[in-house]
Amino acid sequence: MGKLIYLDHAATTPVHPKVLEAMLPYFSERFGNPSSVYTIAQEARQAVEAARTQVAEVLGCTPREVTFTSGGTESDNIAVKAVAFAQQKLGNHIITSTIEHHAVLETAHALEKMGFQVTFVPVDKYGVVNPDDVGRAITDKTTLVSIMLANNEVGTIEPISDIAKVIKERAKGRKIAFHTDAVQGAGSLDLNVDKLGVDMLSLSSHKFYGPKGVGVLYIRRGSPFQTWQHGGTQERNRRAGTENVPGIVGTGVALKIAEENRPAFVKHCTFLRDRLIAGITKIERAYLTGHPTQRLANNASFYFEFIEGESILLNLDFEGVAASSGSACTSASLEPSHVIMGMGIPVEVAHGSIRFTLGLGNTQEEIDFVASIIPGIVSRLRAMSPLTSEKR
Amino acid sequence: MYSDMVMDHFKNPRNIGSITDADGVGSEGNPVCGDIMKIYIKVKDGRIEDAKFQTFGCGAAIATSSMVTEMVKGKTIEEALVISNKAVAEALGGLPATKMHCSNLAADALHRAIEDYQKKQKVG
Ligand SMILES: Cc1ncc(COP(=O)(O)O)c(C=O)c1O
Ligand code: FES
Repeated sequence: MGKLIYLDHAATTPVHPKVLEAMLPYFSERFGNPSSVYTIAQEARQAVEAARTQVAEVLGCTPREVTFTSGGTESDNIAVKAVAFAQQKLGNHIITSTIEHHAVLETAHALEKMGFQVTFVPVDKYGVVNPDDVGRAITDKTTLVSIMLANNEVGTIEPISDIAKVIKERAKGRKIAFHTDAVQGAGSLDLNVDKLGVDMLSLSSHKFYGPKGVGVLYIRRGSPFQTWQHGGTQERNRRAGTENVPGIVGTGVALKIAEENRPAFVKHCTFLRDRLIAGITKIERAYLTGHPTQRLANNASFYFEFIEGESILLNLDFEGVAASSGSACTSASLEPSHVIMGMGIPVEVAHGSIRFTLGLGNTQEEIDFVASIIPGIVSRLRAMSPLTSEKR
Repeated sequence: MYSDMVMDHFKNPRNIGSITDADGVGSEGNPVCGDIMKIYIKVKDGRIEDAKFQTFGCGAAIATSSMVTEMVKGKTIEEALVISNKAVAEALGGLPATKMHCSNLAADALHRAIEDYQKKQKVG
């Protein structure tokens, strides 16, 4: 096996060297607790606040509206629960979509068990939420809408600003908070919160070349909020606990770099993505999943009829290629991807789904190599499949 | 995740394909993850002469199908009937806990194929 060809950037990314360099001093040298008064502690405080400003600049908000968390999952949990519980007296209805990340979906399911009502709006065959479906789902008990900016499995970009408009119209002056899980959007899409029209937005540092275990939650000034993690007064009482100083420093730098690189990233990845899509969709009964154009620059996802995703991944791994699948066999729950199923793709076909997510480090040579080995893998597995002969 | 033996059977599966004049064919679907396995046997003088498989499933499903067809060749019907899921998994040097159900598929499909053979014997 030669060099690793990493095509799973939606799962996680390597820490950028400049990010690592910025983080290192905050482990052992400037290790102070930002809440303390002496000099090294104040250095840590300044570093955290500088990172907050870096994030705020990318989001187009004030630093006070930026809360650091332990990751995308925590940001999503806080966002959904903070509003649901803060507004409980006004209404118990929330709206989300069928293709959200589990961090939102499972939170919504947990709220259902606690007596909240949740509408899961469907998506079309490309994974797109129709803003009018969101509008129709709004009742006078709705307090929150949470729709992701871009889907992590199939890369479809959701019409967030259109949904924001519909919510505003339908709310008729009532406050309905709008949250977006923008975890997959950083580095690819414009994250300006006013242009998006959102009240809350989640990010996860390790998806944009920052460290794992650090996230961001933007909370628009004046948004309803109920604290979930109690303790000290950190993060303006929104999230108690001593700050992850190196992680936060890394997040600020990583987001700044990702935003600066955004045009180059989009150009580079779009070129490679379209090359990979053109190569793979030439294979018989291989299909692109997600929207053909309204998709993340770095997401090329497919399904192959008659074969199963894990066996494709293992074959790719033999060649040093890292990718992922929505197959039931690759999930710990042994259930096929809710995203693929949500787009109306049948179970047995959901089994054959594969996702490649590209990064700045990928080359045309790597993509051409991957496109060249897939047909062989697919035909080898199809030769063993009982479905190949039955359904042809 | 997988043992070397599983990877070997996954990389170089034995006995892939179908037998056109099979004496017994059995197929089993996996209620857990939705996979499908089909086993074909050829029987002569009460012994399984040949066995082949077709599988739509994960690495463990393919390796267990390959292993079960290897294990069953040359066995009498009685011997083949006692090949258990556990024996298949053990022969492969074990399977990850989340993948134990895939080994059920292999032994069950084999048993279905034997039942099919026995049914045909009675009719014929
Ligand atoms: C869309 C989306 N939301 C949330 C998360 C969770 O982020 P984290 O891994 O930081 O908890 C992920 C990453 O898996 C994601 O892709
Ligand atoms: S066949 Fe689905 S997990 Fe093994």
